[in-house]
Amino acid sequence: MFAFIVRRVIQSIIVMLVISFIGFSVQHNIGDPVRDMVGIRVSVAEREALRDKLGLNDPFLTQYFRFVRNALHGDLGTSYFHSKPALDVILSKAPATLELVFGSSVIILVFTFPVGIYSALRPRSWFSRFVMGASTVGVAVPVFLTAIALIYVFGVELNWLPAYGRGETVNVYGWESGLLTMDGIRHLILPSISLSSIMLPLYIRLIRSEMMEVLETDYIKYAWAKGLHRKRIWLVHAFKNTLLPVVTVFGVEIGILFAFTLLTETVFQWQGMGFMFLEAVERSDTALLVAYLVVVGAMFVVINTLVDIVYGFINPMVRVTGVK
Amino acid sequence: MAHLLEVNDLEVNFALRWGDLTAIDGVSFTLDKGEKLGLVGESGAGKSVTGFSIINLISKPGYISGGSIIFEGRDLSRLRREEMRRIRGDRISMIFQDPMMTLNPVFTIGTQMAETVLAHRNVSRHDALDLALDKLEKVYIPSPEKRLTQYPHEMSGGMRQRIVVAIALLTDPALIIADEPTTALDVTIQAGIMDLLQELCDAENMGLILITHDLAVVSQVTEKIAVMYAGRIIEMGPTEEIVNRPRHPYTKGLINSLPWGRKAADRLTQIPGMMPTLTDIPPGCAFHPRCTVSEAHCLEKRPDLQPDRARDHVVACHNLGMLKG
Repeated sequence: MFAFIVRRVIQSIIVMLVISFIGFSVQHNIGDPVRDMVGIRVSVAEREALRDKLGLNDPFLTQYFRFVRNALHGDLGTSYFHSKPALDVILSKAPATLELVFGSSVIILVFTFPVGIYSALRPRSWFSRFVMGASTVGVAVPVFLTAIALIYVFGVELNWLPAYGRGETVNVYGWESGLLTMDGIRHLILPSISLSSIMLPLYIRLIRSEMMEVLETDYIKYAWAKGLHRKRIWLVHAFKNTLLPVVTVFGVEIGILFAFTLLTETVFQWQGMGFMFLEAVERSDTALLVAYLVVVGAMFVVINTLVDIVYGFINPMVRVTGVK
Repeated sequence: MAHLLEVNDLEVNFALRWGDLTAIDGVSFTLDKGEKLGLVGESGAGKSVTGFSIINLISKPGYISGGSIIFEGRDLSRLRREEMRRIRGDRISMIFQDPMMTLNPVFTIGTQMAETVLAHRNVSRHDALDLALDKLEKVYIPSPEKRLTQYPHEMSGGMRQRIVVAIALLTDPALIIADEPTTALDVTIQAGIMDLLQELCDAENMGLILITHDLAVVSQVTEKIAVMYAGRIIEMGPTEEIVNRPRHPYTKGLINSLPWGRKAADRLTQIPGMMPTLTDIPPGCAFHPRCTVSEAHCLEKRPDLQPDRARDHVVACHNLGMLKG
């Protein structure tokens, strides 16, 4: 297991280097930091001097390594618009996004497993047929439409839940959390449902089809032949094998969940990283964009590594290869 | 003495969209305590379906549509789900064909053995593992303690099949149904598993139904053979009788296709044609299109099993009189 983790960490470092390289190349090639800093009245000679001073005339790789060194020290450049270190800007927005992704993940987990498993066990029941039909429609409905529909029904017409913003937050050791107040949680509900709506139908279908496949295997038939209780066969034997592919897909899909926070946060005026990113695009805040790329990349890598380690715990065959 | 198992006129149908398809048609046989029966036939003959229908585990959409299966005085085809569960894995154990696929890959051998005991006995997990260890020793598995914490993929096919045999023994069943238990194994391993099964059945006085396409295997292990063709038993009798004095043209064909007792240069004979599929079973005797002695009347009526010569030897063929033993 230890060797397995070490190998995964090394792979993660390589991925991070690639991400930072792409991010840096983008910044290097679009826009001119000097022009952004000084206006048009500064002479060419002065600009050159400034370039030299900032190291912008150094070879590309030298600049890249400087960028990586700075990044390792927690310096991802300075946001032009906010006039603050880009990392600080992002970290101040991160809790909102993470809590949104967390809320959606909870909804996904709570709904998809029972529904997916039930519709695999009773594929002919009216409930399963309804779920399969609804999920076909669900896959096709875009997130912003779901979001607007939810706002209209629950926020405007019924007036049950707040339609935008994060509501009341509490600062816990620098983490602006909305999970600790009733108001914050009420604000979280509609955005979480909208964000989870892209994954719900997909997951229900995935869990259902994997479970149905597992139920047809010899080892499940053998479990029946051993006279095990059906609860144990379904919820222990079949479920654990169903989990394997589902966990893998979840690792990949969580990146897509982050990507869709851009839309969800915009529709709900949710002050998170996605909202910040779109603002940065409008303001051509390249330093902030690159920093966002690196931070989200890092989060993605960390989550995927965790998912792989969890997978290793479920699947004994992965552990053995790791030991070798 | 009452039989351990008495299958009467068993009929198994598969419910398909356009109607039922009969897979097993009027199969009857008996098995006494400690007796070993071989169910032989080509693939598609219905031998596995027969085996699985005894513990009511036919894959959907198959179901028992007629007949009775009396085991220890109770009709298994009429039991409720929970009553049937208590018999499966307790009084009747199964051994599946492919040991690579039978054990659940994500649980240790210890877990998979202990859960079987816990499903049928009111003991602690610790006691269940002790029992598992005891049975692993019975099937001659090296370092049994270590096996309990291992996963199936850490073992060879032969080793896994020994574990499946050990699981079958956990509850001291009265009957073991082994569905092609050695087909997926290397030839050298096959003999070991067959010897083991035979030895254990004799030692514990357990009944055995050995389902196989391999006449050579059954002839060495079982006392009785039933030959199946297209969902029916077409010949049944003591092993020695069937092997040495087969009566049905199909059984004869099967035996002639075996290499024993021949000179090296002899060509093996084969039965022409293939087993019919369930959707187009020929009228009359289902074997007549492949039969070398078939006559016009073979197409008209399905032959019933009728006694022939030796006691307990029954054959379903219209042309017995013409056949020379």
